[in-house]
Amino acid sequence: MSAEEVVIHHQEGESGSPTLSLVEKRERSHFGFRRWKNRLAHGLFLISTMIGVIVLGALLWNVVKDGWAWVTPTFFNNFASRLPEQAGIKAAFWGTIWVIGLTVPLTFIFGVGTAIYLEEYARKNRFTRFIQLNISNLAGVPSIVFGILGLTLFVRLMGLGKTVLAGSLTMTLLVLPIVIVAAREAISSVPNNLRLASLAMGATQWQTIRRVVLPYSMPGILTGVILALSRAIGETAPLIMIGAVSFIAFTPGYALDAFTVMPIQIYSWVSLPQPAFQHLAAAGILVLLAMLLSMNAFAVFLRNRFSKDK
Amino acid sequence: MKNHSLGTAGRFRRSRSLGRTWENMIPKLLLACALISVFTTLGIIGTLISETTSFFSQVSFGEFFTETKWTALFHESQQHFGVWPLIAGTLLVTGIAAIVAVPIGLASAIYLSEYANPKVSKVLKPILEVLAGVPTIVYGFFALTFVTPLLRGLLPEMGVFNALSAGIVVGIMIIPLIASLSEDAMSAVPKNIREAAYAMGCTKFEVALKVVVPAALSGIIASFVLGLSRAIGETMIVTIAAGSTPQLTLDPTESVQTMTSFIVQAATGDNSFGSTAYGAIYAVGMTLFLFTLVMNLLAQYISRRFKEEY
Repeated sequence: MSAEEVVIHHQEGESGSPTLSLVEKRERSHFGFRRWKNRLAHGLFLISTMIGVIVLGALLWNVVKDGWAWVTPTFFNNFASRLPEQAGIKAAFWGTIWVIGLTVPLTFIFGVGTAIYLEEYARKNRFTRFIQLNISNLAGVPSIVFGILGLTLFVRLMGLGKTVLAGSLTMTLLVLPIVIVAAREAISSVPNNLRLASLAMGATQWQTIRRVVLPYSMPGILTGVILALSRAIGETAPLIMIGAVSFIAFTPGYALDAFTVMPIQIYSWVSLPQPAFQHLAAAGILVLLAMLLSMNAFAVFLRNRFSKDK
Repeated sequence: MKNHSLGTAGRFRRSRSLGRTWENMIPKLLLACALISVFTTLGIIGTLISETTSFFSQVSFGEFFTETKWTALFHESQQHFGVWPLIAGTLLVTGIAAIVAVPIGLASAIYLSEYANPKVSKVLKPILEVLAGVPTIVYGFFALTFVTPLLRGLLPEMGVFNALSAGIVVGIMIIPLIASLSEDAMSAVPKNIREAAYAMGCTKFEVALKVVVPAALSGIIASFVLGLSRAIGETMIVTIAAGSTPQLTLDPTESVQTMTSFIVQAATGDNSFGSTAYGAIYAVGMTLFLFTLVMNLLAQYISRRFKEEY
């Protein structure tokens, strides 16, 4: 073969003429196949991700379609009733406000206290590791098991009965791990030189924590607390366990009153067979989702405000 | 004058010693906060063990684990306490949830971590977060009023309460958890490994499947285990959509009862404290707690033991 022939052969190969060698052809079609596979996979992954979006859309549409017409002033001003037209969410709405109102200070104090202890005071020893392991395991315990604990400990052993206080204490234990994890993250993100500067000025450790560490980490802590509360607001099972009942015709007046909350009211409507009650359930869900949304908006607002101060 | 200056000095000294006591008290108070979570765990284990022990003084261990009939809420003469139908119901729902959530969750994670451009993931991630924040009672309503009618359109002979609808919706509920934990694991894979693979001529799909996923495998598997543990402990969706028929079946179109939905049913019924049916709440609660505890510890073990270090 002369040199000329080789050059021609080479050129023909590049331009994709039929004289392409068999190996090259296979290479090329194999690469095409790999690219095609990549494109297919891209599509499949995108569709999978969109499933979440589509489901959320379907869920919201389903609730709005069923419940929108039932969210009326009557719905807010009436108590639960056998007659769907007269049934309302007043007792459940105020019950939820009561439970959350008591849960907020409890989770804030205990959650932030634990986080400060673990981040600022605790030595890195076996006992500290045990507490950390314990907290991460508690976060994985099903909420209904917390309900069993609340039923046994608060309702029966401590004799609190089926009251707002027993419900709030159970809720506090349930959401505590969420607050602790968020608060620890916020506190550990405070730059160490701020602490050192404060200590060098003669401040004690607690003064440093109170005046430097906590203000700096407050946006993160508050975000965690609100996240925990949005979990608490939607929790049904633990409060069913401690005996919050659905047919209550008054709003709680103090912490030792019987109560019901919105998810339990929704549950009792869902389990009734008449279709009108399904509409009531949907209306209740709309109110619940609106509460969740406004709480999250409040969290964003707080975060922005606090971070502006710095 | 003299008196006044002494007074100031005295007050100053007193406030300093008060400050010092306070400074010593603070860590103890904070430790007390941290111990709440330890006592919560002890409380859960303690109540479950003590009540389960008294349950097993009335029902034999053998009956609980060998019989295949669960009729705890029947009249005393017809009570059977074989836990397998409840376990089978739980595993059936969890299995369906896994079939839904594992592929979709993993595909979403791959899409968000490897394919999506930052603009797209800025939109998609918050949507997944919203999906994760939807209360389970809302998912229950969605299962009963949207998914079940849809499925009954395809399988007309299926009943209103069935494991399939509950399982699918439980799966949807845990998609965000699996997606976000897997994505975290994949984003932790160093960029230079990916770039090396691209330099060798790999397509995106090949990089994702043969480089990123294997490197992040421990985190991905741990996310599956955690997601399924959440599915096992899920209460409201199954209580609303799966029915309350404890039976030993693997047929997804049947109505089943899970461990969690039995606990709700027994707690809302009028079983007096101390009866065997009441004790069954604790025995089933203990079984549920052990299931989820083992899975959570397994997830922690996997992500620690098989972690790839770079």
